[in-house]
Amino acid sequence: MTARRTVAGRIAARLGTSLLVLWGAVTVAFAALHLTPGDVADVLIGDSTVTPEVRAQIVREYGLDRPVPVQYLTYLGRVLHGDLGRSYQLHESVGEAIGSQIGPSIQLALTAFALAATVSVTVATLTAKRRRWVRGLFSGLELVGVSVPSFWAGILLLTLFSFTLGLFPVTGGLALPAVALAVPVIAVLTQVLREGLEIALDEPFVLTARSRGMGDLAVRVRHALRHALLPTVTLAGWLVGVLFGGAVIVEQVFSRPGIGRLTLAAVAGKDLPVVMGVVLVSAALYVVVNILLDVLYVVIDPRLRSAS
Amino acid sequence: MSAPIVEVTDLHVAFGPVRAVRGVSLAVRPGECVALVGESGSGKSVTARTLIGLTGDGAEVRAASLAIEGEDATRFGERRWRTIRGTGIGYVLQDALVSLDPLRPVGKEIAETLRLHRAVPRGTVAERVVALLREVGVPEPEVRAAQYPHELSGGLRQRALIASAIACGPRLLIADEPTTALDVTVQAQILRLLAERKRAGTAVLLISHDLAVVAELADRVLVMKEGEVVEEGPVAGVLRAPAHPYTRALLDAIPAEHAKGTRLSRTAAGNGAARPESTAGGVDGASESPPRVPPGVTPGRAHAGSGTGASALPGEVVIRARDLAKAFGGRPAVAGVSFELRAGETLGVVGESGSGKTTTARLVLGLLEPDAGEVEIDGRPWRGLGAAERRELRRHIQVVYQDPLSSFDPRFTVRRVLDEALAVGGEPRAARRDRAVELLEQVGLDAGFLERRPRHLSGGQRQRVAVARALAPRPRVIVCDEPVSALDVSIQAQVLDLLADLQASLGVAYLFISHHLGVIHHVSDRVLVMKDGRIVESGDVRRVFTAPQDPYTKELLAAVPRLEHAHGSSPHSADDRASDHRAPDHRAPARAHDRAYEQEPSR
Repeated sequence: MTARRTVAGRIAARLGTSLLVLWGAVTVAFAALHLTPGDVADVLIGDSTVTPEVRAQIVREYGLDRPVPVQYLTYLGRVLHGDLGRSYQLHESVGEAIGSQIGPSIQLALTAFALAATVSVTVATLTAKRRRWVRGLFSGLELVGVSVPSFWAGILLLTLFSFTLGLFPVTGGLALPAVALAVPVIAVLTQVLREGLEIALDEPFVLTARSRGMGDLAVRVRHALRHALLPTVTLAGWLVGVLFGGAVIVEQVFSRPGIGRLTLAAVAGKDLPVVMGVVLVSAALYVVVNILLDVLYVVIDPRLRSAS
Repeated sequence: MSAPIVEVTDLHVAFGPVRAVRGVSLAVRPGECVALVGESGSGKSVTARTLIGLTGDGAEVRAASLAIEGEDATRFGERRWRTIRGTGIGYVLQDALVSLDPLRPVGKEIAETLRLHRAVPRGTVAERVVALLREVGVPEPEVRAAQYPHELSGGLRQRALIASAIACGPRLLIADEPTTALDVTVQAQILRLLAERKRAGTAVLLISHDLAVVAELADRVLVMKEGEVVEEGPVAGVLRAPAHPYTRALLDAIPAEHAKGTRLSRTAAGNGAARPESTAGGVDGASESPPRVPPGVTPGRAHAGSGTGASALPGEVVIRARDLAKAFGGRPAVAGVSFELRAGETLGVVGESGSGKTTTARLVLGLLEPDAGEVEIDGRPWRGLGAAERRELRRHIQVVYQDPLSSFDPRFTVRRVLDEALAVGGEPRAARRDRAVELLEQVGLDAGFLERRPRHLSGGQRQRVAVARALAPRPRVIVCDEPVSALDVSIQAQVLDLLADLQASLGVAYLFISHHLGVIHHVSDRVLVMKDGRIVESGDVRRVFTAPQDPYTKELLAAVPRLEHAHGSSPHSADDRASDHRAPDHRAPARAHDRAYEQEPSR
């Protein structure tokens, strides 16, 4: 009863802070628009040329002829209704532009994540508390993985598997970009997981499980792994950043469609409505992921269900 | 005579250069309880873990023979060991909160043992789990099976842990400090449960640091020190007439057996309180440097009531608590607590977990604001004081906690720890170094410790530094919150002696909080017994311990394990108290064998 109330309270608090994060993102986008040198209407139009009628329509829609606080509230109201504005370079609404590009990006990020999770869980489980040289070898590999920039890993993969061996398509494939994106994630996740496993494997309950006749691998998978997952959940914010930030580069290297390429093109072409839209969508994504992870925490650790 | 379930001769275990176990031999027979007793680092747990093939990473194990159920276990592969674990030997650790997987319901843990060994058909596992929980005395087993360790009380958790160990009916149960984390009444229940298993024919290997617990349950005892068995024999004999000086030192160090004023540790004490039959060596040499006796009263000390006769004089009141009440989330933690503490006196506060002891301490220390009632320190109430006045008043009341390591900044040296406390106490900068050395000497350390960091001190040394820190602002009273609960019995004895010496020389008063009745009995002049946030009984310590009035106090005292309960030395053994239908000749064959066993020395 109390437990349920605390969980509900936590979720409510979480939603509250999430709204604050979103509001902050909207405000930052609005501020960026106004702090960019030049007339706001010109900034919105960017490098494209428009007719005076369109320009007048922009001024009307954004309320540019009215005081800044009113403009701010107008902008806030439009975002609340899901209207992210219009790109005058792409000749479509920002919502549509992002909507058509987000699918491939999510596909890439999720594939990379699934790959990273599988590899790092396997490697960490097999190497935790093993002989020194095993751990040393894998720690070395992980260090390399963290240090290698995604674009370089991507180019290497392309050179080897596509150009030399001809195993994968040069453009449009999913496997190679996902690998390139997953490399740094695998490296960090494996290290964090291994450390968590090593701490868990020293706990008394592991000795108890072994004393029941449980085998080593089963102890690792059924008992220690769940404990090791808890610290990795904290990494989620970083993970979302790496997967979507890395996508910008990886999509470019592999010529894949996606948010990354859309963003890059928008920044290069000074298409501010698209840039602002991407900022807002990223913030929303971040918030959603964090809420999901909060729920995941409680699923993994029953102690949080009743803790005050 | 039944064959031993496990028998090991001349066992040696080394972790690199550390020789943890050196030449241990032991055998455990059905229906018998053998106890391994010793302090931390004595090798008792390593010995026990070797018997289930889980000595640990990097261990080098050597034995003349190791037989389990008559089979040569030195040739067991991992597969065979896994069958033995759970089906042949069950293993119970202390503190089920961490010895059961905190992320899984306890029922799953018990089911795990059953599933691993395919002990019952798959469909009946759940049913069997409930039956096992019922067997170990868990009420509402269906409900409990679905609960997590943190949702159960300490006693229920420990029962669930035992259920998971006995699920496949092992013939030997190894219990490693099975009651150490438990309240005394719960401890008595768990000991009774283990005694029941023993009567049912299970062999029990009990690992404990607590000789009184051993006395309740064991038939034979092996006393270990630094990896070797220094003494062994029937429990009554060893406890009544210990042959080895180490065993004698251990027995002397138990506070329950001595009234306030007698010394527990065997040091070259100058206060004339050392027992004349004390022999040198023994406990002190183990891990602690023997503490020096604190120097007497420093001339010119401005302590009221200081001097040798401090405790005899009716000192002035240093703490007055009136009708204290404090609730957390609507649940009262302390309700209607009143007491007075006078200069140079020790007031013991005893109770089980959740009784409100620590909340009382925090109210007295002014760290918590009471919902009702008032605390006065030296006649000045906390209530209504500003921050600066609180700091000033805080000089008069200091605190020593159970785990000093967590109350020290790990990067501070002892010098900085003391310097900070002296600065708070208003000591001028120039005088602080000399005062720090003086404080260290008062707690039996020397200037050589000034540059050490907490991590590089032993548990006893850390607690001495904590006491020195508490003394730094020359307080009138020190609140001791379970100050010796994390220490080995011999170190505990030294720290308790130190506190007694300091009280005699400085006239400082103690509010001494402990769950350990023996410790409370030893240190206190007067005692408060707390239950559910209330004082159920209070008065002179001798009166309360010898003629308790309140039923709860009686229950507490009855639950305390006692050396006199050792089998054969008293008619009130744990078996007798637990059950009346014990086969009268149950232990006879084991006894006969004991004598035979003793004649062949194991080392």
